Amino acid sequence: MGQKILLKGNEVMAEAAIQAGCRFFAGYPITPQNEVPEYMSKRMPQVGGVFVQAESEIAAINMVFGASAAGARCMTSSSSPGISLKQEGISYIAGAELPCLIANMQRGGPGLGNIRASQADYFQAVKGGGHGDYCLIVLAPASTQELYNLTMNSFDWADYYRNPVMMLGDGILAQMAEPVEILPYEPILDLPEKDFILDGCKGRDPRVVKTLVLRPAEGLVSHNEHLQKKYKRIESELSLCEEYRVEDADIVIAAYGITSRIAKGAVRMAREKGIKIGLIRPITLWPFPKENFKNIASDTSQILVVEMSHGQFIEDVKLATEAACPVEFLGKGGGWYPTEEIILEKIESMIASPVAAAKGRA
Amino acid sequence: MQVLKRTEVLKDTLTHYCPGCGHGIIHRLVAEVIEELGIREITIGTAPVGCAVLLYDYFNCDIIECSHGRPPAVATGIKRIHPDKIVFTYQGDGDLAAIGTGETIHAANRGENITVIFVNNAIYGMTGGQMAPTTLTGMVSTTSQDGRGTHGEGPPLKVCELLSSLGGVCYLERTAVSTPKDVINTKRAIKKAFQSQIDGKGFSLVEVLSMCPTDWKLSTAKAVDFVNNEMKTAFPLGVYKDNG
Repeated sequence: MGQKILLKGNEVMAEAAIQAGCRFFAGYPITPQNEVPEYMSKRMPQVGGVFVQAESEIAAINMVFGASAAGARCMTSSSSPGISLKQEGISYIAGAELPCLIANMQRGGPGLGNIRASQADYFQAVKGGGHGDYCLIVLAPASTQELYNLTMNSFDWADYYRNPVMMLGDGILAQMAEPVEILPYEPILDLPEKDFILDGCKGRDPRVVKTLVLRPAEGLVSHNEHLQKKYKRIESELSLCEEYRVEDADIVIAAYGITSRIAKGAVRMAREKGIKIGLIRPITLWPFPKENFKNIASDTSQILVVEMSHGQFIEDVKLATEAACPVEFLGKGGGWYPTEEIILEKIESMIASPVAAAKGRA
Repeated sequence: MQVLKRTEVLKDTLTHYCPGCGHGIIHRLVAEVIEELGIREITIGTAPVGCAVLLYDYFNCDIIECSHGRPPAVATGIKRIHPDKIVFTYQGDGDLAAIGTGETIHAANRGENITVIFVNNAIYGMTGGQMAPTTLTGMVSTTSQDGRGTHGEGPPLKVCELLSSLGGVCYLERTAVSTPKDVINTKRAIKKAFQSQIDGKGFSLVEVLSMCPTDWKLSTAKAVDFVNNEMKTAFPLGVYKDNG
């Protein structure tokens, strides 16, 4: 057992990064992620690492680009508008195949929006976000302990696949405090030697880190094919998903991140009332755990997608379930969040609907 | 007797630069300085978006290509991880003084211990001759077709003057490569800028006024005259800051 301490989600993520050997952080203030740079500004010097308060989100992601090329485990964090600003840099990092962690503690949008929790950056996170064909590994923790564990793992996945990882949290996860067990870092993969590091060419040929591919003319086509092959490999190797009381469920709720935490409470409430409800929650949003969803859809009569947006995650649910069962929706953007009661009310209305009866499961 | 030879810091290859362009001269000066200081194997350079983006094909040292305007931020990340290595950026006027103005000013103000080679040719070269932040007043470009200053473009941005007030800056000098004397002086300035970094003194920048005959639509000889007669007037040469 490691030590359990009470920390906010933002601080949990920062400490996990430190534990995992992250030694470079660049960031810019934006609510609700300010505790990350604040914590890093104190902790990085204690462990011989570097903290830079950048002049902008754009500068921060480009500092991370440089630090990653220089061989450091590194990260930046922000919230929705700031993540939009970082997108060009993220595209470069993905194109150059550099490892790093980017955290998005989502807030309400569009525009300046508000500082309440949101999940409206789902498309941006899992469908690319910046220009070009690239994928981020996207993680969606539902508790601060899981945030801690996944943050440590994220550096391994980033190094193993030479790919940026996005921690897709939200304002609630960022701000809530829970007791967290501070576990020591243990690598979960045999990590390859970093053979791309720019540290001066002493004893070797000079190295170049770049994303421009003009020559040969088909070079960029080949590079894209190489990236796609890597993404296919990640899809076949990395897929995390939790299923909760789905075995006998008539309706399965699909939710991720903090929304899945609320949905789990709704499942318990429903079960106490004798309603057979389950929960499926992807922990990796990319790669999306398609097989889990496909199997759930064939075994249950309906799926209810709950998310804090007007319907982004639901598109991946529908793609994965291939119309094997009806998919209902409960969600709003702008800082709205569901309560257990709101979810239960929706469930009860679905049970009363003809769709459930038509499938004839009950 | 000294035998002049090609510097080993430049690869033995042809460049893509146009006839009369200053980049080739400036590349060679930077490379010679790196060789003379014996730092090739500990140097990491940044390539900019712009005509010099392919400098990784020419320089025989570690290079990272950056997005437009961001080399000072990328260099910050590298230098902070490897404080014992030498990090330089090589940037044009659009990169350094338009889209990357914020990165330039803040890297300078933090006193990042890096060296910036700023090539000012008063035009966007690679994209085909659009108005740069340093385009001279009255100068015609593809986006200032009546001459800069007639439609609210403002005057040219003077980078050395702008940065000279910043506390983190150690050394600022503006030079040119339009005469043999200027070339020799530019090499001295570049060497001093790298030496400042080796000595850990902070941010150093050399602004080099350079020729772009193609996008100025001048002959190579007239482009040299333009630097000597027009650019040196708008951008006075000299040392703008020197903390010794």
